[in-house]
Amino acid sequence: MEDVDDIVREFLVESDENLDQLDRDLVALEGAPGDRGLLSSVFRTIHTIKGTSGFLAFDRLERLAHAGENLLAELRDGRRAMDGPTTDVLLAVVDRIRDLLRAIEATGGEGDVDIAEAVARVEGLLADEPVLPLADEPAPSVPAPAGAGPVIPSPAPAPEAVEAAPSAPAPVTAAPAEPFADRDDGIRAVAETSIRVDVDLLDALMRQVGELVLARNQILRLSGNGADELARAGQRLDVIASELQEGVMKTRMQPIEHLWSKMPRMVRDLAATCHREVSLELAGGETELDRGLLEAVKDPLTHLVRNAVDHGIEPPDERVAAGKPAKGVLSLRAYHAGGLVTIEVADDGRGIDPATVAASAVRKGVRTEQQVEAMAAADLLQLLFLPGFSTAEQVTNVSGRGVGMDVVRTKIEAIGGSVDIESTVGAGTVWRLRIPLTLAIMPALTVACGAERYAVPQANLLELVALDERNAVEYVHSAPVYRLRGELLPLVSLSEVLGVGATAAEPGVIAVVQSDETRFGLLVDHVLDTEEIVVKALSPRLKAIGVYAGATVLGDGRVALILDVQGLARRALAAAASDGLRQRAAVVAAAAEVEQVLVASIGGGRRVAMPLRSVTRLETIPRESVELVGGREVVQYRGSILPLARLDRILGAGYLEGEGPLQVVVHTGAGRSVGLVVESIVDILDDVAEEHSDVGDPGLLGSAVLGEHVTELLDVRAAILAADPAFYSTERAPRVARSPELIGAGR
Amino acid sequence: MTQFVTFQVADCLYGIDVTGVQEVLPPQPRTPTPLAPPTVAGLVNLRGQVVLAVDLRKRLALPPREDDEPMMVVVRVGSETVSLLVDRIGEVVTVGPESFAEPPETLPVALRALVRGAHRLPDRLLLVLDVDQAAA
Repeated sequence: MEDVDDIVREFLVESDENLDQLDRDLVALEGAPGDRGLLSSVFRTIHTIKGTSGFLAFDRLERLAHAGENLLAELRDGRRAMDGPTTDVLLAVVDRIRDLLRAIEATGGEGDVDIAEAVARVEGLLADEPVLPLADEPAPSVPAPAGAGPVIPSPAPAPEAVEAAPSAPAPVTAAPAEPFADRDDGIRAVAETSIRVDVDLLDALMRQVGELVLARNQILRLSGNGADELARAGQRLDVIASELQEGVMKTRMQPIEHLWSKMPRMVRDLAATCHREVSLELAGGETELDRGLLEAVKDPLTHLVRNAVDHGIEPPDERVAAGKPAKGVLSLRAYHAGGLVTIEVADDGRGIDPATVAASAVRKGVRTEQQVEAMAAADLLQLLFLPGFSTAEQVTNVSGRGVGMDVVRTKIEAIGGSVDIESTVGAGTVWRLRIPLTLAIMPALTVACGAERYAVPQANLLELVALDERNAVEYVHSAPVYRLRGELLPLVSLSEVLGVGATAAEPGVIAVVQSDETRFGLLVDHVLDTEEIVVKALSPRLKAIGVYAGATVLGDGRVALILDVQGLARRALAAAASDGLRQRAAVVAAAAEVEQVLVASIGGGRRVAMPLRSVTRLETIPRESVELVGGREVVQYRGSILPLARLDRILGAGYLEGEGPLQVVVHTGAGRSVGLVVESIVDILDDVAEEHSDVGDPGLLGSAVLGEHVTELLDVRAAILAADPAFYSTERAPRVARSPELIGAGR
Repeated sequence: MTQFVTFQVADCLYGIDVTGVQEVLPPQPRTPTPLAPPTVAGLVNLRGQVVLAVDLRKRLALPPREDDEPMMVVVRVGSETVSLLVDRIGEVVTVGPESFAEPPETLPVALRALVRGAHRLPDRLLLVLDVDQAAA
């Protein structure tokens, strides 16, 4: 870049932004061909590029822009109507212009970019008889280019356009950031009040503010137990530093519009390649995100969009056959919620069938048949995020080349975010990316483990539980658990994971944390403080360990490691049958399969075991709250009705005529829950699959000796069906419509 | 002529080209990094920058030092700043190419990968450390 002088650089930056706008305008024009506002905006952009490139003596660029301008002039003067082929040619011109600009940026010259073809296409089109629009019918229907429906971005047509094309079936959706009619004034106003700043300078400022925040933390610590004057000055410094930090962080924020602006063009091209008809809806473009994060989100988002068009939305004939409109809807929306930015990629396509995922998982050896059978639909979809997992039957050009959702997840997790998926067969799929607002500074909890302190990102933290003699950790078999309001919370001892030896005799504190799919308790010695920490990059060698997300400097100048909660969960809970790789390795090694089971007594001295995976919660329910509905026992539970099945009766252990509350094991799947009533919860044990004997009783899968007792292995599926025959039915309740508040949140 | 920052690790004198050395520091508090490779001796706060410390005794497969009050030689390795833990800092010496020799045959195998060669000083050998290897 050194040999490219300032004027050229300015030209490149400006043109780059203009080209994105151009892409968007052209695709929009195709949908609203009569829009004069859009047309003149496009014309102006090309004209500017032509003028400047002539001035800077970039001949080929000038010639190309000139050709494009000629075509646009015909459109502008009404001598030609915008149609599919014209759009294609104009987009090709924009692509070549972009190539030329890249070449100029890289080499300072125009390189060997060939413009002959693009110019020839324009000239060919111009030589044809111009297609005149009919005077009375400006543009009601748009001749769609092969396979691709017009893609309408958010901006509403400019006023003239509304008049000119009253019947245009433009599926206008989201509110525009600013209507095109105001573009001129908007740009001028922005130009007068804003300046261009080098990103490196901003990054440097951000680093310095980070240091300032550290110094402030230090001063506050010192002044906290010192003289009044110092304390007051410290407070003032605190306020100023906070405001400065916020201000500098704002300068790095960019609206998601920057990503949105590339989408219409991309979706149009994708739709054409995949022979789909797609209308794109964009919302929440004004939502702001740190520019580094925006950059990091780009690839995963592109991947999801490709995936949605290629695999989500069905071909038009398939859609019509399914009773849907031929044109699919892909909607991208961004909004603030809970201190995070959520980006949604939703399609109304065929959805992902959990059964297909399950079958694929079994075929690939990631899970066994028994395992997938016991999994809830939502958990099955989580399997999509495992490395190398792809359900695409057909590898296409666009997606399905093995670069799967695991890459999306890895990339999003790398910036402290998370991904989840929600899908209804036949109705569509929603991917949700949750991204922190900024990377550089984040609130964190500092905890002590042994002599060292560690930082836990506040975003992962749910609650803190102090342990004492009465609230103690239960060591069932080898796995420590804690009963948190009736729910079994797996525990991870930080000192054990890190291998720093046994910690102090004190009972310690459980930090309940949430990583993407698992919730667990992180056992630490004690909790110190919550503070804003500045995230420092970590040496790749330490990052590779997988349990540290970064490092920070605490108020006293000591370095503390920031824990990667996802990484900790993967490392520590791998044993708890949640790690697909380990499972696969176990299968390959033909080793006995170990699974944790919940053991419960059902009366008559009989014990049954059920996979802990299938258990959602343990509840104690007052006996008198049981009601009868149509001959079935139910209780009201968390705002809905929980059908009950008494294992003693199902398994013929006689009727329990106990007193006091009922012990209920709750199973949940696909939005439905059932409760299995047992006499008492006995233990959680490791079950070794090979040591089973087959007992042919109905309702049982066999038996095993667990904890020196003969224990029957419950057929969970059969027991659940006894409580709720519709539990596994594919005819699920209709998807709950998302409330508008959720979508509009963060406004 | 080349200038070397010299330092002692166990019985040997080592040198790093002075242009590759950012600074030399007295012992600093280090934050342990559990699960890290054994040569990693923790993290150091270097004026707000978090820097990885690599213990040269571990790297050279030597027994740990008794006092564990190592001096630090801060070097740049690629884009990373690394602090090498050494026993004692020596002088900066200037040597010419005429005193350079290939690594002595007697050098233990563990060492040979880390040493580029040796300069014969009047009274002893100065082993030239390959910084990229040593900090790895």
